[in-house]
Amino acid sequence: MVFDLTEEQRMIQDTAREFARKEVLPKAAELDENSRFPEELIRQMAELGFMGIAVPEEYGGAGMDNVCYAIAMEEISRACASTGVIMSVNNSLACDPILKFGSEEIKREYLVPMASGKTLGCFGLTEPGSGSDAGSQKTTAVRDGDFYVVDGTKNFITNAPQADTCVLFTMTDKSKAHKGITAFVVDMECKGVSLGKHEKKMGIRASATSSIIFEEVRVPARNRLGNEGDGFKVAMHTLDGGRIGIAAQAIGIARASLEDALSYSKDRKQFGQAICDFQAIQWMLADIATEIDAARLLTWRAAWMKDRKMRHSKESSMAKLYASEAAMRAAVKGVQIHGGYGYISEYPAERHFRDAKITEIYEGTSEIQRLVISAALLKG
Amino acid sequence: MDFRLTDEQLQVEEMVRGLSRKEFAPRAAQVDEESRYPAENHRRLAELGLLGMLYPASFGGSEAGPVSYAIALREVAGGCASTGVGMAVTNMTGEAIFRFGSDSQRGHYLPMLAAGKGAGAFALTEPGAGSDAAGLSTFALEDGDGYVLDGSKAFITNGANACVTIVMALTLKSPRKISAFLVEPDTPGFRVGKREHKMGIRGSDTVSLSFEECRVPKSSMLGAPGEGLKIALSTLDGGRIGIASQAIGIARSALSTATEYARDRRQFGQAIGEFQAIQWKLADAATELDAAQLLVFRAVSLKEKGLPYSKEASMAKLFATEAGNRACHSALQVLGGYGYIREYPVERHLRDIRVTTIYEGTSEIQRLVISRALCG
Repeated sequence: MVFDLTEEQRMIQDTAREFARKEVLPKAAELDENSRFPEELIRQMAELGFMGIAVPEEYGGAGMDNVCYAIAMEEISRACASTGVIMSVNNSLACDPILKFGSEEIKREYLVPMASGKTLGCFGLTEPGSGSDAGSQKTTAVRDGDFYVVDGTKNFITNAPQADTCVLFTMTDKSKAHKGITAFVVDMECKGVSLGKHEKKMGIRASATSSIIFEEVRVPARNRLGNEGDGFKVAMHTLDGGRIGIAAQAIGIARASLEDALSYSKDRKQFGQAICDFQAIQWMLADIATEIDAARLLTWRAAWMKDRKMRHSKESSMAKLYASEAAMRAAVKGVQIHGGYGYISEYPAERHFRDAKITEIYEGTSEIQRLVISAALLKG
Repeated sequence: MDFRLTDEQLQVEEMVRGLSRKEFAPRAAQVDEESRYPAENHRRLAELGLLGMLYPASFGGSEAGPVSYAIALREVAGGCASTGVGMAVTNMTGEAIFRFGSDSQRGHYLPMLAAGKGAGAFALTEPGAGSDAAGLSTFALEDGDGYVLDGSKAFITNGANACVTIVMALTLKSPRKISAFLVEPDTPGFRVGKREHKMGIRGSDTVSLSFEECRVPKSSMLGAPGEGLKIALSTLDGGRIGIASQAIGIARSALSTATEYARDRRQFGQAIGEFQAIQWKLADAATELDAAQLLVFRAVSLKEKGLPYSKEASMAKLFATEAGNRACHSALQVLGGYGYIREYPVERHLRDIRVTTIYEGTSEIQRLVISRALCG
């Protein structure tokens, strides 16, 4: 059992922390306020290799491991959770499935520019009527010669307005339910692809979320990921990795809550002493810090298992469930420690609260994570 | 980063799990029912080298190291929590003697502890000094070639079965200086008092100790004069890892009973494990216990490397004991009425685990340690 970071892991931690502190953090409040997509930060992150951290260098990535990815995600999200999720979707949900399931040709065409950050990816699984029940897809793909014709609507798609490439899930055989799902890589420039409603959100406001409408979109058959009917497997594999990213994002948000609350509690004086001298405040700080450490260990364990190509569905779900709920608790306490100042946007505590909430919902709600975990337990 | 156990650690895990399931678990209900100190378990632990895991073979130990120790303790406690705490305190006593003792103290006591000639005990708590350990009032005043101990200790695990007890006492009133002494059971003036009736870990002896003009030689001092509190606190850092492991062991047993029960028990025409209400409890307990185990492993890894680990030990103890309590509560609820009766072990697990948020530093003391590290 070794808990030390490798040289490379320490290096990316330093780089990401420094970049996040200098470049990302000063902009976070403004990005949130204006719901502005941080294009300039994404460009800088591309230069640092952050858009395809665990993708091999030959495919445009940084060639590091998934622990590095979790570390960098935490640091970026510590400064700005929106910037974190943009990065996470590109790394985990767009690059990773193409790396794992794409043909060499597809990797060259789509993965190389995306992992190097020249293009941006998104992940089209959720539909208006298909959230946790991902098997109930309505978007269809009908074979037509060397093409598939895609029709349907995808909902709540992170990065959609800026994305060049979409990893898209469709139904090729409705009679087979989730075994009839097929995944494709779709060029967002294709004729028939249009953006729908741009959502206004409670948090992660600098990340753009919209629906995507597909109308008679002709997708080349060679853009298929895996075989017909492999889509559910592709989605589940992808989300096992994505959950590591969101867990790391949640840890970043929790750390932001803790670090901000800690510094506030040292400065703020009431009843003649700094409020951090009261046990009521100390208890909250101690609990948050302990839970953050627990969440990080669960997350790094899952990332480490993914690096070793071990089965890690249960462990990813545990990491995501625990980290996101711990982040929410941390953010609630962070606001409470700030009192009235925690409720106004002059301090970042209320943003952390708004940002934390989504981590319990996307890439599998807490309820879906508990389903995954309990199924693994009961199967025995 | 490497989350694997070594081959040796895996062997320890397998061996102790087997021992605990075959020998300790089947006796645990009876040990609890009769509040009987399981001396036969203590002997078995000695035979397998599990009582001196933190010091070398030259002193009779098995020097398995802190990681293997945490694993072994978890497995023992999973079968019988009372046996687990006895093992924890004996190992902790031995470790303190190994770290702070003179050569003759080590040579004398460590082989005895490892061989199970008696348990080890650690007497810090007093009727009036619990969390505020430095507020103790047992005296050890210098008198000629020895010290004379006067005072009483409370809630001392293994106190009635110890071949050696580490006693913390004031050697100077002003400024207050605490020193540690190694006291043997037949020392005149040293008496074992009331055996407490407890909610759980009923097989473990918890007694008060009294010292009335109890004369001990100077050579019985552990460490230097005035070093007592330092010895106590650093010993407790290790002890906390032990209690965290004990809690994980108890809670894992409860969870495994609950999981099995959820598979078999049918209500409303289906196994209750098919209801989300039950699934959620199992998922939360398993997740928190994994997190607890990782916090423990992180703390012991630091310890194994000789790095500071007080904050991490406190985090591990706080988290594991609180999560363990939640897991046992949930497990009992999954079993419903069967959870409340003694036919199933879960009510015992809940009674046993309750003490883990209290002894070797309450959860409140752990939060103090952690928040002090944070606030600087």
